[in-house]
Amino acid sequence: MSTLTATPGQTIGPFFGYALPFSRGNELVQPGSAGAIRLHGVVTDGEGAPVPDALLEIWQADADGVVPSATGSLRRDGWTFTGWGRASTDDDGHYSFTTVKPGAVQPDSAPFIGVTVFARGLLNRLFTRAYVPGDRLAQDRLLSTVPADRRHTLIAVPDENGLRFDIRLQGDDETVFLRYPGHHR
Amino acid sequence: MRHMTAIVDTNPDSASASQAGISAEIAAVEADYHRAGIEETQPRLNYPPYRSSLLRHPTKELHHADPEAVELWAPCFGAGDVAAVESDLTIQHGGEPIGERMVVTGRVIDGDGRPVRRQLVEIWQANASGRYAHKRDQHPAPLDPNFTGVGRCLTDDDGTYRFTTIKPGPYPWKNHHNAWRPAHIHFSLFGTDFTQRMITQMYFPGDPLFALDPIYQSITDQKARDRLVAAYDHDVTTHEWATGYRWDIVLTGSARTPMEAE
Repeated sequence: MSTLTATPGQTIGPFFGYALPFSRGNELVQPGSAGAIRLHGVVTDGEGAPVPDALLEIWQADADGVVPSATGSLRRDGWTFTGWGRASTDDDGHYSFTTVKPGAVQPDSAPFIGVTVFARGLLNRLFTRAYVPGDRLAQDRLLSTVPADRRHTLIAVPDENGLRFDIRLQGDDETVFLRYPGHHR
Repeated sequence: MRHMTAIVDTNPDSASASQAGISAEIAAVEADYHRAGIEETQPRLNYPPYRSSLLRHPTKELHHADPEAVELWAPCFGAGDVAAVESDLTIQHGGEPIGERMVVTGRVIDGDGRPVRRQLVEIWQANASGRYAHKRDQHPAPLDPNFTGVGRCLTDDDGTYRFTTIKPGPYPWKNHHNAWRPAHIHFSLFGTDFTQRMITQMYFPGDPLFALDPIYQSITDQKARDRLVAAYDHDVTTHEWATGYRWDIVLTGSARTPMEAE
């Protein structure tokens, strides 16, 4: 039980682009290496317009479902899988990571990639999950609690190089964003 | 209350509203908050006085999720990720930056008061003139060739971070006519689980722009807003060198129990 009140968040603002992105931040593995996939998509606002000043971070298990504990994300050595990456959106609202398909961490659960979203205009970070499509989704604990007509917003779509995961901040097909226990208003 | 019923211009750069109009909107939201009587501790995602939030906030309730799998852990960073020199923003170039040299230090702790050890803290900020070293910053204030305004460090075993930098200046933006942001430093923080990830802004005590700023005021509760304001600390100030500020950061409680944590 938490006893201290959390410090409030604030927007990432417009000027993070020279500070937070770093070289190969979006390459959890090297493009073209064995098992590499692209995870990419577009971030859009309530009018469907691209959001060109968003920052996304992903955090995931490796292909065998092992949660990484290796350091080295900020200075990648090309060999160590740290499970964490960061990418900003471009002028078209598009982001892209090179990574591997995560394995399931628990035998009865569906594998997913944890996603954090920051943007100018977004006053606090948002969390979501990008599930890997597959037959385990039907038994997933979280997905079963999400209304059927919104469930697809949490499931990445296979494409030629890997997975596509669009993020809609607002509107009819708004992405399901998550509130974890202890996250108060 | 004509300002509340008018059609709101969603172009974040139109600067069409007046400060008086924005201030009235801020006051109306806060009055509603006090009438409702339910404590809030975080910014509202839907906060119309901050025009850029209009089309960028989710309209559906955030969906409850019990953290599982990878969410119970956080990415790890080590000495190889961050050079010691990155915590001193005043020595990254050939000369001394212009402005008030200062030290900002504090602890990163979780909701149970436990230190967040050996974890990454990132900061970025404007220079003393209120100008960011970012290509999109068009404010006609001077860039400082000796100041980039980006720092990183790892917390120590007590959860303490420490940066040496220059006090940033306030700067204008286009939320409304004659809008100015209070001076601030952006902070990016990780915890021991993924769910504790956060980005925020640290402010300076007594800033006259607080009441006018829709980003600071998007936190509707004064006690909560105060948690973003550093304290001047004369014990951090050093003789003939730098002023000192202290600011502690509390992350949301860790989902793991202490026994699982280490």
